[in-house]
Amino acid sequence: MQFIYSGITSGSIFALVALGFNIIYNTTGIINFAQGEFVMIGGMLIYTLLSIYGLPFLIAAPLALLAALFIGALFERVFIKSVRSPNEIKLITITIAASIILRGLGMVIWGRNSLSVDAYIPYKVLELPAGTLTSNSLLVIIVSLVTAFSLSLFFKRSSLGKAFRACYDDKIAAGICGVDVSKIRMLAFAIAALLGVIAGIVTTPISYVTYTDGIMTGLKGFAAAILGGLGSFWGGVAGGLLLGIFEGFFASVLPSGYKDAFAFLIILAVLFLRPKGLFGKKKAERL
Amino acid sequence: MRKINYPFLILVLIILISTKFLIKNEYYLSIVIFGMFNAINASCFNILLGYTGIISLGQAAFYGIGAYFAVIVAASFGINPMLAIVLASLFSALVAFIIGYPTLKLHGHYLAMATLGFGMIIYVLMNEMAFITGGPSGFLDISKFSFFGVSIYGEHSFYIFVAIVFFLFTVLFEMFDKSYLSYKLKFIKESEFASKSFGINIFKTKLLVFSITAGITAFNGGIYAYYSGFISPVSFNFNYSIELLTMAIVGGLGTVPGGIIGAAVLTALPEFMASIEDYEMILYGCFLAVTIIFLPGGLTGLIKRILNKNASD
Repeated sequence: MQFIYSGITSGSIFALVALGFNIIYNTTGIINFAQGEFVMIGGMLIYTLLSIYGLPFLIAAPLALLAALFIGALFERVFIKSVRSPNEIKLITITIAASIILRGLGMVIWGRNSLSVDAYIPYKVLELPAGTLTSNSLLVIIVSLVTAFSLSLFFKRSSLGKAFRACYDDKIAAGICGVDVSKIRMLAFAIAALLGVIAGIVTTPISYVTYTDGIMTGLKGFAAAILGGLGSFWGGVAGGLLLGIFEGFFASVLPSGYKDAFAFLIILAVLFLRPKGLFGKKKAERL
Repeated sequence: MRKINYPFLILVLIILISTKFLIKNEYYLSIVIFGMFNAINASCFNILLGYTGIISLGQAAFYGIGAYFAVIVAASFGINPMLAIVLASLFSALVAFIIGYPTLKLHGHYLAMATLGFGMIIYVLMNEMAFITGGPSGFLDISKFSFFGVSIYGEHSFYIFVAIVFFLFTVLFEMFDKSYLSYKLKFIKESEFASKSFGINIFKTKLLVFSITAGITAFNGGIYAYYSGFISPVSFNFNYSIELLTMAIVGGLGTVPGGIIGAAVLTALPEFMASIEDYEMILYGCFLAVTIIFLPGGLTGLIKRILNKNASD
């Protein structure tokens, strides 16, 4: 049963990435292929701030988050907003181009080696029924859940969050009612980058960070978003956790090398059998 | 219906022949050969995305299937490599048909992710099924290659062989470009609803194009395996699919010279910039981004615009 605990740990990272996909998709209709790179950059940033500048965690983490907001907003302005007469193919390829650039920058700035930081909290092993959970893994799970809950509160309660949901329902109508749609688009990317960087920060002490990590993380996050239903907030969270547990189970019965193929089998299976995902609402197909 | 662009084909032929006589250095010749492999693959990608609107991020998988299938079949059954390559091409087309059947009903980013997922699965299988594929280190010392009794070995004879194959495919692509089929595909790309109401079977057409391009890519992959004498999964990973996408878009989508020009520029570029190898990835990404933002027609569109301007002056 140990695979459930390890699955929930990696699943909560997938959930954060899936939320990033969903927020951008809901406000702009774009699938951001660079979402995984934000996670990589998060890990790299926290490594730089902690290990190179020697800042304490309580200063380093907020700095990294601020940087994330800035990077996300800049990302939207440089890559997305500058595309003239956008169509789906152009937007897909421009985010692919952006992901290559971010990955290349990651390699030039931080090199090709795996980097790691010390654990943020003292190492402890929790004895749970039929398995164990380390304090680091628990931190990942708690941070992810708290992030997801506060984000859902933000969308439900704050007026800015309501503007996001208005954009999701109807961009033109939202614009007429005084919502600054362009600003919301930029903020959507900023929040998605923030989610990625949070995931990067909590996961780096456990799994290290390498400049190529973004591809896999991004794809698995997308698998989670598809599994839960693209665009559905809690669907993304559930999809992430389910994918993590499935993957953990799969890795415990088959050679672990096949593990990475599993996420894609899930993508293919969901796309063919139930394209709206497990928890997705019925919605007219976006063409 | 437009006429076949003979000046373009003659230009390609002249460049191919003069390259043979001008370049004696084997290293430079090998770069040209790789450029031609890339050009055929990028042209196939171009037919998918530029003509039909199918975004396939799993093209590297078909290239790999071709390479592995040809090598494995030729080695285990002792058949002629050329026959094995043809079989590999047919096998890959069959795989594309099976994969395309459910996948091509999807659109846009769903299709992109599904094909990407397919590519990743093939990549993982190449790595993990070591008892068939040799695992991460792949195959070394792939046996000699001969074509109707003529042994092909070394850069110079391979250059002639690959150049002939490349030229034949270029003629084929040019004929395709001027055929009824390419108009049909562009119609599908512009509007699926409109083309459907004209009685075009969109799904069948897309499946046909997807399978044929997969077959061509695999054929190319088989030759690549025998040329390089060594294959491993790294050559067929996600990055290669993205490189093909970059070549096709930078060269110009929906045109025959597009895939060739894009492949030529992006294959040659890293060689001129060997000193800043680390920046290659950023450069690739910037090329792609700049093309999408500023040059919707790619380099081909730019060249056409300059030529037209000169003609009108």
